[in-house]
Amino acid sequence: MTLGLINANPVVREKKERISRPDHAPHALDPLDIYDIVRDIRDPEHPYSLEQLGVLSEDSITVDEKLARILITFTPTIQHCSMATVIGLCLRIKLKDCFPSHFKVDIKVTPGSHADEEAVNKLLNDKERIVAAMENPSLRQLVDECLNSSEL
Amino acid sequence: MADSTQINFVHHIESYVDSGSPSQQDASLLALAKLVTNDIITLESLVREMEMYLTTTDNIIRARGILLLAELLTRMSSKRLESNTIHSLIGFFADRLSDWRALRGALVGCLALMRRKSDIGAISGSDANAIAQSFMQNLQVQSLGQHDRKLCFEILECLIDSYPDTVTSMEDEFVYVICEAIDGEKDPQCLLLTFHLVERLAQVYPESSSSLSSYAEDLFNILGSYFPIHFTHPKGEDEVKREELSRALMLAFASTPLFEPFAIPLLLEKLSSSLPSSKIESLKYLNNCMDKYSGNGIHEQNEALWSSLKDIILTSAPSLLTFGPGHQENKVADEALVVVQKLIQKDNDSVSFLKLILKDVDVNTTLNNLSSYSNYDNITVTDKQRLNAVSRILHVSAAASVASCNAIFQSFFSALVTGLQSASGGPKFGHLYVWVDLLTACRTLVNPAEKTDLDKETWCTMLYNFCPLLTCSFVKTMKESTHDIAVTGLKILASFPGSFLPVSKSTFEEILVEFTSIIIFKFSNASSWRSVLNALVEIGSLIEKSDDFEKMASFDIIVVERMLTLFSYDDLSMPFSLKVEAVSKIGTTNLKYMLKIVQKFNIAISTDLQKYWLDGNSNSAEHAMLLLECYVDKVFPWFQNMKDTNNVPTQFALKIWSEIEHNTRFCNSLNEKVSMLYKKLIETTMNGMKHAVASCSEDSQSMILDKAFSIFSSSTSFQVNGSTQPVDFSCRDEWVISLFNSVIIALNPKTQVKNTKEILHNIMRALSNGHIPSAHALGSLFNKMQYFSLEEAMDITFNKYIAGNLRISNDIIIGLAWVGKGLLMRGHEIVKDMIKFLLNFLISNESISLFEDREDLMRAVADSFNIIMSDSEACLNKKFHATVKPLYKQRLFNMVMPILLSSIVKSDSSVRYKAVVHRALAHVISNTPLSAILGEAKKLIPLMVDGLTCLSEDVENRDIVYSLLLVLSGILTDKNGQEIIVENAYMIIMCLNKLIFYKHMMLVRETVVQCLTAMSELPYSRVYWFRPEVLQALSRALDDPKRSVRQEAVRCRHAWASISSRSLHI
Repeated sequence: MTLGLINANPVVREKKERISRPDHAPHALDPLDIYDIVRDIRDPEHPYSLEQLGVLSEDSITVDEKLARILITFTPTIQHCSMATVIGLCLRIKLKDCFPSHFKVDIKVTPGSHADEEAVNKLLNDKERIVAAMENPSLRQLVDECLNSSEL
Repeated sequence: MADSTQINFVHHIESYVDSGSPSQQDASLLALAKLVTNDIITLESLVREMEMYLTTTDNIIRARGILLLAELLTRMSSKRLESNTIHSLIGFFADRLSDWRALRGALVGCLALMRRKSDIGAISGSDANAIAQSFMQNLQVQSLGQHDRKLCFEILECLIDSYPDTVTSMEDEFVYVICEAIDGEKDPQCLLLTFHLVERLAQVYPESSSSLSSYAEDLFNILGSYFPIHFTHPKGEDEVKREELSRALMLAFASTPLFEPFAIPLLLEKLSSSLPSSKIESLKYLNNCMDKYSGNGIHEQNEALWSSLKDIILTSAPSLLTFGPGHQENKVADEALVVVQKLIQKDNDSVSFLKLILKDVDVNTTLNNLSSYSNYDNITVTDKQRLNAVSRILHVSAAASVASCNAIFQSFFSALVTGLQSASGGPKFGHLYVWVDLLTACRTLVNPAEKTDLDKETWCTMLYNFCPLLTCSFVKTMKESTHDIAVTGLKILASFPGSFLPVSKSTFEEILVEFTSIIIFKFSNASSWRSVLNALVEIGSLIEKSDDFEKMASFDIIVVERMLTLFSYDDLSMPFSLKVEAVSKIGTTNLKYMLKIVQKFNIAISTDLQKYWLDGNSNSAEHAMLLLECYVDKVFPWFQNMKDTNNVPTQFALKIWSEIEHNTRFCNSLNEKVSMLYKKLIETTMNGMKHAVASCSEDSQSMILDKAFSIFSSSTSFQVNGSTQPVDFSCRDEWVISLFNSVIIALNPKTQVKNTKEILHNIMRALSNGHIPSAHALGSLFNKMQYFSLEEAMDITFNKYIAGNLRISNDIIIGLAWVGKGLLMRGHEIVKDMIKFLLNFLISNESISLFEDREDLMRAVADSFNIIMSDSEACLNKKFHATVKPLYKQRLFNMVMPILLSSIVKSDSSVRYKAVVHRALAHVISNTPLSAILGEAKKLIPLMVDGLTCLSEDVENRDIVYSLLLVLSGILTDKNGQEIIVENAYMIIMCLNKLIFYKHMMLVRETVVQCLTAMSELPYSRVYWFRPEVLQALSRALDDPKRSVRQEAVRCRHAWASISSRSLHI
C-alpha cells in the first residue's frame, strides 16, 4: 500500500435526503433506485460515503430497462487515485447483489477525471479480471468493508 | 413442648449458619423471625443460645452468626423491644464495627436498630453517639466492597436524618469522616446516597457553622468532579438512573450557599463546553442553584454569565419564526432563557444584569437592523435565528418583573415605535416580530385576578399612547401578507383583560371586526383563514374563562351574530363546508353560543333533507351531509365533554324523525338517478342518528324509540300480516327502516324495547331484501335484549325465516353472522347452536356432495366468520353500548378450531372445497389475538402453510392470504413462536418461496420477503440448508415490478447471503 492517504483532504458534501416515492407511481427501474443502493458505499480511504465525496451523483447513472443495461460513470476525487479500481469493484459487486442478473452493467470513470482512464475502464469491465480480483483475500476484505460499513 | 421448640430453633440457627443453599437459609431465617415475633422464644434466650456463634474465633461462623442476629432484627422492625435490650444490642453491634472480618452483620444490625421508631423502642442519643464514634474510629469506607459501602452510607444518612443532635455535636470530625467516605466513590447506587448525604449535611449544619464552611471547598471538589453526570459505558445504564443521579447531584449543589463561590465558576466553565448535554445540565443546575444561593457570587460573575448565556441563546435558538403551539422547541435555548429571567429577577434592585442586556452590542445592532427584515421570506436563516434569539431575550427580560419591563420599554420603545412608523411600504416583519414577543411578555405581567395599579407604570402609559398605531400596523400586515405573525399580535392585544387600560374597548372591537371580515370574505387562503379562526376561538374561550361581561357582549354582537347570519341566506360565495367549520368552532367556546348554533343547524338540516326528498336536489344533500358530519365529529363529542349530554342529541333525533313523519312524498326518481349520493346520504344520516341516540340517557332513548316505532308501524309496508315473504320497499320505507335500525343499534342495554316481535319480523323481512343495516340491528338486538326472552326471539327469526326456508340466501347468512356476533360478545350459550348451524353448511358430508350448487353459499358462510370475529365500526362496539365479555374472540377460536381442523385433515375432496374451509379458518385465525394463536401454534402452522398454498390459487382470496401472512410474521417475530417455526422451517420456506411470485397483490410479496428476512435470523444450523433455494427465489424477486418489493428483496438477499462468512458467488 502507499504511504499515507492518497487524497488526504477530500471535499465532503452534504448527504441528500432520501426521497420516499409514492406507491401508486409506476415502478419501473430508474436511476434513483440504483443511486439509492450505491450512494451508501463507503469510500475505501475515508469514513464518508461515495455520495458525500461527490464520486457519484444521480445524473451519473443511466438505465435502459428494455435493453437491460445499466451504465454508471463515477468521478474519482483526484486524477491519480489508485482507489478508482477498488471503488469500481465495489460498485460492481453491490449491483450484482442487488439487481437481477440479466442486467448488463457498465462501469466507467467520467471522461477526463482520471489519468489512466482507459486502463481503469478496461479493467472494470473485464469479467475474468473481476472474478480474479475477488479471489484475492485482502481485496475481498477491503470491498466487503466498504459495502457493509457501519461507520457512516 | 418447650423442649421441642428449643430443639427446633437451635436447628434453625444451625442451618442458617452452616448450610450452603441460600433458599434453606432464607427459610430458617423466616422461621426464626416468626418464632421471635410471636413471642414463642424471647430475644434474650435466642442471644444466649447463639452465644457460641457470636463469639467464636472462627471468622466465617462468627460472621454468619452476627449476620443472623442482624437480619432477625431487620425482620422485627415493627416489634416492640425493651430499652435495655436495645441498649445492650447496640453496644454489641457498635463494638463489632471494629471486627472487619464480620463487618456485614454489624453494619446490618446497626442499621436495623437505628431505623426503629421511638414508639416501639429506639436507640438513645448516647447510643447513636457510640455508633458514630465507633464508625469514625474503625471504618475505612472506601476500602470496603460495594454493598458494605452502601450500608455505611445508609448508616451515615440515618445518623443525619434521625439523630441530628448527635451529628451537630460532633462538628468537624463528622464532616471530615463524610468527606473521607465519599471521596472517589464510583458506584451509581452509592453515589446516589452520597449526593443525598451532602445535601442533608448542609441542611443539618447551620450556614454559619465553621465546620461546614471550612470543609466546603473539599466537599465541593469531591462533588464537582462528578459534574456533568456522564456514563462512559452507556450501554449498561438505563436513562432513569442517569436522570436520578443528575437530580441528586443538583440538589447537593444547591444545598448550601457555601458552595456558591466554587459552583458558579465550574458551571460557567461547563457552559462553554461543546457537548449539548453538558450545556443543558449546567443550565439546569444554574437554574436550581439560583433559587438557593444568596446571589453575591453570581453578581460578581454577571458579565461572564451574560456573555456565555448570550452565546448559547444566539447559537441555539431555533431559526423558525413561528408562535403558538407549533413553536419549535430547543431545550438548550429555553433553559438558557429561563436562567436569564431568573438572573434578572434576582438582582431586582441593582438592575446590574439587566443593564448588561440593555447595553449589549449584539442586541442593539439587531434591534437597529430590524427594518432590513422586511419580509419573512427574504431573511436568511442566520438572521432569522438571531432575530428570534434577541426577541426571546427581550421577551423573558420584560416578563421578569414590572421594573424590568419598564426598563426595557424605556430603552427600546422609541426606536421600535419610530421603526414601525417610519417604514415605507408598510410595517416591517422584524419590528412586528419583536413587538409580538414584547406584548406576550406584557400579557404575562397583567394578571386579571388581582387589580394592581399597573396603569401608572411607565410601560403601560407608553403602550397606551401607542396601541392604536400598533393595531393599525398589525391589521395592515394581516391583510397584505400570508404570515400569521399579525394574527398572533392582534390575538394577544385582544386577550388583555378588559380592566387593562392601554388596550381600549374600541381597539378590541376593531380587532374582532377585522377578524370576522377575514373569516367571511377572505377564505381563499386556507392556512391564514384557519389561523384567524383559531385566534377568534382562543379569544372567545379566554373571555368565557375570565367572565368578562363587557367583552362578551362585544364578542356576541360582532362575531357570533354575524356568523349565524351566514346560515340565514344562501350566500354562494363562501363554501358551505367553511361556513360549517367556522360556526361550529366558534360554538365550542361557550355553551350559550353552541345552543344557538345547534338550533340553526337543526333548521338547516331539516330544510336540506326536505329539499332533497322532494326534488332530489343534490346540492342540499351535500349540505345536509356536511352538517351531519359536523354533528358526529364535533357537536356530540363536545356536549359529551360538557356533561350536558341529553338535550341536544335527543332534540336532534326527534327532529329528524318528525321530518320523516311529515314528509310522505318522496321524489320518485331519487333512487336511480343519483344512487351514489343517495346511499351516502342515508349512511351519513344513519351515522348521525346512531351517535345522537348513543349519547342520550336511557329515558330519552325510550322516548326516541317510541316515536320511531309509531312512525315505523304506521307505514303500510311494515304491517305484520304473517307473511314471511320479502316486500318491495319504497324510497321512504328504506329511510324509515334504516333510521329505525340506527336507533336500535345505538340503544343502551338498559333501555326497554317494546314490541320486539313486530320489530324482529320487520327486520327479518328487510334482511331478506338484502338490507345490510338490518343485519346490524338484528345483531345489536340479540346482543342487548333483556326484557324479551332470547328463546322466543330465536324462535321468530330461526324457525320462521330460516329453518323452513330451503333456499337460504346469502343475506340471511350475513344476518345470522351478526346475530352470532351479538350473542358471542355477550357470552350467551345459544351461540354454540348458532355456530354449529353455520358450520354444518361447511362440513357435513351432504354439503360436500352438493358442493357444486352451493359454493356461493358456503363462501358466504366462510365469510360470516370474518363478521363474527372482526371489530366493527358500524355497530356492536363500545361507542354503541354493546355488551362485551372479555376474551370472546378466544372463546370462539377454541370452539371452532378443533372442528375446522378435523374437517380439513379428513377431507380428501376437491381443492375448491378445501379452499372454502381454509377461508373460514383463515378468518378465524387472523382475527384472534396473537397470544392465543401462539399457544396453539404447533398445530396451526402446518394448517396455515397448507392454507396459504391453497388460498393463493384464487384471486378472490388475496386479502385473506395477506392477513394470514401477517399472522405468520407475527409468530415469526415472537420468541416462543420462533421455536415452532424452526421445527417447520422446510415447509414454511418452500411455501414462502412460492408466494414470492404471488401475482395478485404487492403487499403479499413484500410481506413474504420480510418474513424470509426474519427467518434468516433463526439458528444457523437449522436454516443454512435452505440458503441456495431462498437466494434463487430472491434473485427473481430482485426483478419484481414493484419498487418496494425490490428494496425488501435486496435487504433479504443481503441477510441470507451474509449468514455464512463467505458471500455468495465469486
